[in-house]
Amino acid sequence: MSEAAVSSSGEALDDGAKGFVQDFSSDMQAFHVPWGKAMMWIFLLSDTFIFSCFLVSYMKVRMSTTDPWPYPSEVFALEAFGYNVPLLLIAIMTFILITSSGTMALAVNMGYRKKKKTTFWLMVATAALGASFVGMQAFEWTKLIMEGVRPWENPFGAAQFGSSFFMITGFHGMHVTAGVIYLLVVANRVRTGFYERRGNNYEIVEIAGLYWHFVDLVWVFIFALFYLW
Amino acid sequence: MAYVSFADRDHEQEHHDPDTFITKYVYSQDHKVIAIQYGGLAIFIGLVGMLLSSMFRLQLGFPETFDFINPENYYQFVSTHGMIMVVYLLTALFLGGFGNYLIPLQVGSRDMVFPFMNMLSVWVYALSVLILIASFFVPGGATGAGWTLYPPQSISPGTPGTDLGIVLMLVSLAVFIVAFTMGGLNYVTTVLQARCKGMTLMRMPLSVWGIFMATILGLLAFPALLVSAIMLLLDKLIGTSFFMPAMMAAGEVTEYGGGSPILFQHLFWFFGHPEVYIVALPAFGIVSDLLSVHARKNIFGYRMMVWAILAIGGLSFIVWAHHMYVSGMNPYFGFFFATTTLIIAVPTALKVYNWVLTLWQGNIHLRTPMLFAIGFIFTFTHGGLTGLFLGNVTLDLPLSDTYFVVAHFHMVMGVSPVLVVFGAIYHWYPKMTGRMYNETLGKWHFWLTFLGTYSLYLPMHYIGFLGVPRRYYAMGNTDFMPESAVTLNASMTISALIIAATQVIFLYNIFVSLKKGEIADGNPWKATSLEWLTPDTPPKHGNWGHELPVVHRWAYDYAVPGAEDDYTPQTVPASEVSVGRDHGIDH
Repeated sequence: MSEAAVSSSGEALDDGAKGFVQDFSSDMQAFHVPWGKAMMWIFLLSDTFIFSCFLVSYMKVRMSTTDPWPYPSEVFALEAFGYNVPLLLIAIMTFILITSSGTMALAVNMGYRKKKKTTFWLMVATAALGASFVGMQAFEWTKLIMEGVRPWENPFGAAQFGSSFFMITGFHGMHVTAGVIYLLVVANRVRTGFYERRGNNYEIVEIAGLYWHFVDLVWVFIFALFYLW
Repeated sequence: MAYVSFADRDHEQEHHDPDTFITKYVYSQDHKVIAIQYGGLAIFIGLVGMLLSSMFRLQLGFPETFDFINPENYYQFVSTHGMIMVVYLLTALFLGGFGNYLIPLQVGSRDMVFPFMNMLSVWVYALSVLILIASFFVPGGATGAGWTLYPPQSISPGTPGTDLGIVLMLVSLAVFIVAFTMGGLNYVTTVLQARCKGMTLMRMPLSVWGIFMATILGLLAFPALLVSAIMLLLDKLIGTSFFMPAMMAAGEVTEYGGGSPILFQHLFWFFGHPEVYIVALPAFGIVSDLLSVHARKNIFGYRMMVWAILAIGGLSFIVWAHHMYVSGMNPYFGFFFATTTLIIAVPTALKVYNWVLTLWQGNIHLRTPMLFAIGFIFTFTHGGLTGLFLGNVTLDLPLSDTYFVVAHFHMVMGVSPVLVVFGAIYHWYPKMTGRMYNETLGKWHFWLTFLGTYSLYLPMHYIGFLGVPRRYYAMGNTDFMPESAVTLNASMTISALIIAATQVIFLYNIFVSLKKGEIADGNPWKATSLEWLTPDTPPKHGNWGHELPVVHRWAYDYAVPGAEDDYTPQTVPASEVSVGRDHGIDH
C-alpha cells in the first residue's frame, strides 16, 4: 500500500502483525469492505463446509462399499470421430466453466470502471457459459440414465457410484443454476441503471462474482475427486 | 481501497419507520421485534418439549400405570423431546432470540445489516417448527429413533415413525438450517462490520462475544447436519445406500447394501458436538455479564474470557468422536479424541474460575437474574466434572448408554443454559418491556427450578452408575436394578413434574408483569453497556434516536476505585471521569 495504514477511525497503525491486529480489532468494522461482500464471504465459508461434507461422505462410501467401483474414465467416455475419448464431455464442461470465471472477472473490472454496457454483456456471457454447462450436465445425466445408471443401482459396479454422482453433481448443478439466475438479475439491473441511481455503485457485480468463482472452484474439486480418481 | 464504515455514514442515511400494524409487529424487520418473535416461538415449542418429557417421565417413574403411554409413543416422546430442546428451543432462543435482541443494541448499531433477510429467517424458522409439529399427526406418527436419528434403525421397519415421521423430521431440520443460516450471516456480519464509533472488538460485552462465536460454530457445523439429512432422506425415499448396509429387516432381506452407518454418526457428531457449544457459548457470555452487573465488579480476566471463548470454539470441531467410543470405530481414534476432549476442559475451567473470582469481594445483589447466574455456576461445574468421566475412553465404556450420560448432558447443556435463559429474560425484561417483573415470584421460580433439577438429576447419576440403560421403555425385573432404584425413578418423576409446574410461575410473572409490573427505569441495574443507554425504553425502531452512541471504554467499569459513581457507562469519555480503566485500543 502506498498510503500510510490507518484504522477505520483514522488512527495510525503499527507495522506488521501488530498493525494487522490493531486494524482488525479496531472500532466500527473489522474488514474495510461493504456488508454484502463480508456476508458473501462468510456464506461461502459455510457453503464450503457443505461441499466438503458431501465429498468426504463420497470418499467414505467409496471405501466402505463391497462392490467394485466403476472406472470413471470408461463410464464418462464419449465416442468422437470413431475414437473412444475418455472424459471428453467433462473436459469441455470444465473448460467452459473456467472460461466463465474469466468473463466474470472482466465484468467485475468493467463494473468498477463504470462501463455499464460492457459489464452487462460480459455478465450475460458468463451466464450463457454457465447455462451451457448445466445443459451439458443434463446431457451427461441423460446418457448415464439411458445406460441404466440410477441413484440406487448401476450396471458398472457399486450402487454408491450412481448415488454419489447424482447427488453431488446435482447439488453443484443447482448452485450453477442459481448462479445463472443471480447473474442475470444483476446484469439486468446493471443495464437498466438501477445501480447508477444508487450512488453509481457496482459492488454487487463483484459480490455475484465471488459466488460464481466459488462455484467454479468447487467444480475443480468435484472434477479431481470424482472424475480423475 | 478504504471503505467508509456505516457508523461514519449514519447521518447520510434515511430511516423509515414502519407505520402499519403488519409491518410493525408481524412482518417486522426490526431486530427487536424479530427477537421477540424468535424467542416466543422457541419458548412455545420448548414448553411442548417439556410436556413430552413429563409424559415419558411418568412412564419411567410409574411403569404399567398409564395406558396412554405405549412403547411406540414413549420413543416418539423421547426423540422429539431431545430434538426440540437442543435445536428448536436452545439454538433458536440464544441465537435467534438473544442474538437478535442484544447484538445491535450492545455493539451500537441501528439494526442488523440485512433486516429483510433477518425477517425471512424468523418466518422460515416458524415453518420448520410447523413441519416438526406436523410430524406428530401423520400416519405412523413422529420418529422414535432417538434424537440422534441413527440409521439403519431410524429408517427401518419396526421403529416408530419410519413412514412420514422421519421424513418430516429431516425436512424440518433442513428448513431450520436454512433459517439459521439467514439469521447467522446477519449476526456475524453485524458484529464484524456494523459497530459504532469506539466499539473495538475488545470492548464488546462478553454476551456479544459468546453469541458471535456460537453463530460461527453454527454456520460451520450445521452443514454437516444438512448433508446427513439430505443423504438420509435419499436413503429413505429413493433407496440409495449411503448409510445402509446389507441387512435383514422385519425378517426380510432389504434392497440396501454397501453403505456405512458409522458415516452418519461422524457427520451427525461433527455437527452435534459444536452444537453443544452453540448452546453453551452464548450462555457463557450472558452469564459473565449478569455476574458482573449484579456483583458490581468488572469481569475477572476479560481478555482471557474472550480467548477462552475462541479456543473452545476452535477445539469444539476436533472432539466429536468422543460420542462414538462404542461405535466400533478404530480404537486409536479414541486416544486422540479423549486427549482433545480433556484439553477443551482447560479453557472451560478457566472461565469457571473467572466467574467465581468475579464474585470474590464483589458487592453481590441477590436479585433473580443473579440467582440464576450463580445457579448456573453450580450446575455447569457439576456437569463439567461428570464430563471428565465420560471423556475418558476406559470410563466411558461402562458408562456409555446409561443414565449417567443422560444426567451429564442434562446438567451441562440442559439445565445450565436454561438457567441462563431465565436469568437473561429477567435481566433484560425491563429493557424489552419497559416494566419490572415480580421479584418474589422470580425468586420462587429460581429456587423451585434449581432445587428441582438437582433432585431430578443427582439420583440419575446414581442409577447410571448402577448400570441402568437409557432409552428403555420399562426395566421389568432386572437384577442390576434394585428396589431402591425403582423408588428413585418415582421420586425423579415427581421432581420433574414439580419443575414443569414451576414454569407456570415464570409464565405468569412474564405475562402479568407486562400489564401490572412497575414502570421500569431505562437502566434499572445501573449497568454500563450500551443497551441500557438507549433514549427510549423499550428502544424504538432505529434504537438510538438521531445520534449513534460513541464508546470510550470497555463494558465493565463497575466500582472503579476513586470514581464517583459505582458504574461508568461505556459512552462516558475519559475526560469526564478522573479514574477508569480502559481495555481498548489505547491500551
